[in-house]
Amino acid sequence: MSAYTPNEIMTIAAARLLSNDDVCFVGIGAPSAACNLARLTHAPKITLIYESGTLSTRPTVLPLSIGDGELCDTALTTVSVPEMFRYWLQGGRITIGFLGGAQIDRFGNLNTTVVGPYDAPKVRLPGGGGAPEIAINCGQIFIIMAMGQRAFMDKLPFITSLGHGTGKGSREALGVKTRGPTQLITDLCIFEPDPETSELTVTSIHPGVTREQIQENCGWPVKFAAEVRETPAPDETELSVLRDLHTRTKAAHAA
Amino acid sequence: MAAFMSLHDAIAANLRAGDSVAMEGFTHLIPYAAGHEVIRQGQKDLTLIRMTPDIIYDQIVGMGQAKKLVFSWAGNPGVGSLHRVREEIEAGRLAIEEHSHAAMANAFEAGAANLPFAVFRGYKGVDLPKVNPNIRSVTCPYTGEVLATVPAVRPDVAIIHALKADREGNVMLEGIVGVQKEAVLASKRSVVTVEEVVEEFGPRNANAVILPSWTVTAIAVVPGGAHPSYAQGYYKRDNAFYIGWDKIARDKAVFLTWMEENVLSKGPEAFAAHARRVAMAAE
Repeated sequence: MSAYTPNEIMTIAAARLLSNDDVCFVGIGAPSAACNLARLTHAPKITLIYESGTLSTRPTVLPLSIGDGELCDTALTTVSVPEMFRYWLQGGRITIGFLGGAQIDRFGNLNTTVVGPYDAPKVRLPGGGGAPEIAINCGQIFIIMAMGQRAFMDKLPFITSLGHGTGKGSREALGVKTRGPTQLITDLCIFEPDPETSELTVTSIHPGVTREQIQENCGWPVKFAAEVRETPAPDETELSVLRDLHTRTKAAHAA
Repeated sequence: MAAFMSLHDAIAANLRAGDSVAMEGFTHLIPYAAGHEVIRQGQKDLTLIRMTPDIIYDQIVGMGQAKKLVFSWAGNPGVGSLHRVREEIEAGRLAIEEHSHAAMANAFEAGAANLPFAVFRGYKGVDLPKVNPNIRSVTCPYTGEVLATVPAVRPDVAIIHALKADREGNVMLEGIVGVQKEAVLASKRSVVTVEEVVEEFGPRNANAVILPSWTVTAIAVVPGGAHPSYAQGYYKRDNAFYIGWDKIARDKAVFLTWMEENVLSKGPEAFAAHARRVAMAAE
């Protein structure tokens, strides 16, 4: 078995969760890598949608931006941005929204807006983009993020997009009918919401990672499910397809 | 009817200090040449509206021409921060009105539809409505569902880059078409730069957007005018430029030197080199 990086197993573990039947709203960066890895391995018929309006796109290199020409050239069709958000996202046509974020809390709420007070920010982040409505209008949400004390926060300074709010029942109380975050894939483990509390709970640990390591990289006391699996290590095919994809992408973006 | 003009005259005739302006283009067809002309002419106190401010607003904000930014995602896509925008916001020197993409897209559409506000299912359980008083709600008179509202976007001026105009002044764009149609129809005046003027548009994609001549105020022909963004079928996005911009924009002095050399001392004809270079590389 080849050696692999924490980032690689994160992307590969996320890709494995996707299937041919999924209609996926893809964020740029790690979500895009995971979705295209799934498409290039076990889920060739997966439907990928980027918020720039490209429906059923099949890029050969990963886009640097959400609207690279590659996405449009390889799409079934391309719609306007208002149509994308109104008919396709709000219309309930998307089964999985795939998000990354700068900061997350134990209920899968995300912050990509600001660190420190909104009016006097310590760090101004890019903002929400499509995330606030992706989080409530897709059937379920997968989140992919590397762990760390500054990212996995006990309390978020700002909630950009809704996860499970303050716990079980929060989404329903707001009139939101979709499931919210069902998988949080990290570089160390996978979290899923606890059926009773909706708190994100570790259900699978990547090979060689300890519970202590996970706790050291998390700002809240981590809960572990009664039965915790070991994430299967990446196989040769997964690694070679992912590395080829990154190599092609790097060459294309430098050109 | 749209008037064909030089880029200088088109901007000078349509953009005044204090105006609200939407330079749209969702990654594709961002009107860089027109934005650079605005920088050379130096109109100040602008309210800049764009879903994704991108490098073009990083440049205009960095040159001190904006009083307010209306936006929904202010980053350099796939690279990181827009350093000039970020520094001005963090220092409290730039007013902001922040939305989500869905809100902005709906607000442009409401503007084009001549409605006072947009209604959509959004902003549930998040903090933005607490800091943006323009995010409100309405109760559906039929179902009782509470829905989010934002005011329509009605800019003084829309500025876009399109692929082609015909001799009548009709304008065509295709590929990723973003919110440009809505931005032009929502605005009082509009300036469109194009790659070329043709006798007839000829065969086009099913999703092509046509803006009839009578919806456009001024057209200027500027080949390469979207660089480092791109023009579908003409030249590709210059991703290396976007990656390289990070270093230029990080330091204000480096930024100002770059702007002097590449914008203030140049004219719109400089953009033709980008179109030509990519065309040659493709051969």
